[in-house]
Amino acid sequence: MNINKNLAISENGFVFDPNTGESFSLNPVGVEILSYLKSNMSKDKIVKTLLKKYDTDEITIEKNYLEFLTMLREYRLIENE
Amino acid sequence: MKKLAYERPIINKLNTGMPNKFGMKTEYLPITHIDEVSVKEIIEKHGSPVYVLSEKNIRATYRKAKKSFTTRYPKVQFAWSYKTNYLNAVCRVFHQEGSWAEVVSGFEYNKAIANGISGDHIIFNGPDKSVSYLTTAINNGSLIHIDNYDELYTIIDLTEKLEKTPKVAIRVNMDTGIFPQWSRFGFNYDNGEAWDALNRILINGNLELVGLHAHIGTYILTATAYTVAGTKLADLATRVKEKYNYVIQYIDFGGGFASKNTLIGAYLPGTDTCPTFDDYAEAITSSIINSNIKPEDFPTIILESGRALIDDAGYILGTVLANKRLADGSRSMVINVGVNLLFTSFWYEHKITPAQKFSPYTEHTSVYGPLCMNIDVIRKSADLPIMKKGDNFVISRVGAYNMTQWMQFITLRPRIVMIDPGGKVHVIREAETNKDFDLFEKIPDYLTKIN
Ligand SMILES: Cc1ncc(COP(=O)(O)O)c(C=O)c1O
Repeated sequence: MNINKNLAISENGFVFDPNTGESFSLNPVGVEILSYLKSNMSKDKIVKTLLKKYDTDEITIEKNYLEFLTMLREYRLIENE
Repeated sequence: MKKLAYERPIINKLNTGMPNKFGMKTEYLPITHIDEVSVKEIIEKHGSPVYVLSEKNIRATYRKAKKSFTTRYPKVQFAWSYKTNYLNAVCRVFHQEGSWAEVVSGFEYNKAIANGISGDHIIFNGPDKSVSYLTTAINNGSLIHIDNYDELYTIIDLTEKLEKTPKVAIRVNMDTGIFPQWSRFGFNYDNGEAWDALNRILINGNLELVGLHAHIGTYILTATAYTVAGTKLADLATRVKEKYNYVIQYIDFGGGFASKNTLIGAYLPGTDTCPTFDDYAEAITSSIINSNIKPEDFPTIILESGRALIDDAGYILGTVLANKRLADGSRSMVINVGVNLLFTSFWYEHKITPAQKFSPYTEHTSVYGPLCMNIDVIRKSADLPIMKKGDNFVISRVGAYNMTQWMQFITLRPRIVMIDPGGKVHVIREAETNKDFDLFEKIPDYLTKIN
């Protein structure tokens, strides 16, 4: 998986893609996952980190994580190798 | 360390240069209580889904509507449109407030009688009046609104058999400048048919002509259409007075006032665009006051308003069954309320509000019911706060037509509760069971065994 390293992620939930000029708005968990991806964190590590921090279960996080990646791919913010 | 509340990650694309609500903060709050009763407690006790009616809201809305008219005109009478919501408890609230009954079938007629309304306070409308129900209505002195010539002659026939003088009005249809024109019902004003029908009734002498009736349509967004209707009806009344020296007792304007729901595809929400009761009352009363009818002959104004009086009082509470990402990347949510329980989702963009706290983030979502059918769409697209499986929600403004036009389809119909003005919750209709449903079926002997 390749993430666009030029993405500008602001803490209040906005993301700007300088390659396309497109802007996105994310909720806090969305921003968090995108930042982890940008720093090359592995999927397992991301899931574990979220699990420790939030009141939820592993299955939910995994499911939501995979769906979130689908959306990032849809918006061409990440690409499969 | 206490863990933080979790919400699934979302991302929305922002369309620059175009005002857009995506990903913006929601302006609405969760609905945790209805009339100070906890939504979660109602669901725990009465199940999900469940319909909820606020008696306080029904009474307040009725009084507000009535006041709009009585402050402008001396003689006003409401008649509750049974088809809009004929739960006995609901009808009785309206009857306690002073409403008569407006019915369009033998079934509804019986209901009104069983709800304690006297025959002479029942308005009998519609194209389906059997000889047996016409006979009952004539014997009870009910107000029969004639729909067509066949019906007129059936009634004339009955007067001879019963040796009674039926109280009748004619339903009039007309061009009021709005679309669609409901020309299917009654006698047309513009081509002279209504005037012809009135002459036949008055010359016959065995019928007592008491009123004129029009129901120009439903969800009328142009209040002035009622002024056109009133002017045409007042013209008929004036001509009757001139030719026969006969005073018509009432003019019935039917229903049709819009509720505050938003129509599918409307640019602005219904709360911003619908005329108020005052607007309708102004349009209607001015048409009579400014007509050629003399003040001593002013007719009673009858109103059969349905949806505008009950929509706001009704809610359906339910539960999220699943969230899905569709093949095209769009998000969808499946809930346990389908079009079988929410018929009005074919016309309205119903507001769906979470029943628990939610974050300010929204997502563009399609909302589907639980039926295994493609038509089962509650909202084609809505910007909704994020809800997860098992979360509860409240759908507002569903009091009109849903509890009568519902369908027993795939699932059974749930309980209906009413919150009284003191905050007590009453079951006013039980949830259906398989057993209830089987009561109507019969199995031929040769099919009792299947192997
Ligand atoms: C004769 C008549 N009166 C009253 C009503 C109630 O209409 P609404 O709910 O639009 O006020 C109807 C509904 O179709 C009707 O047919």
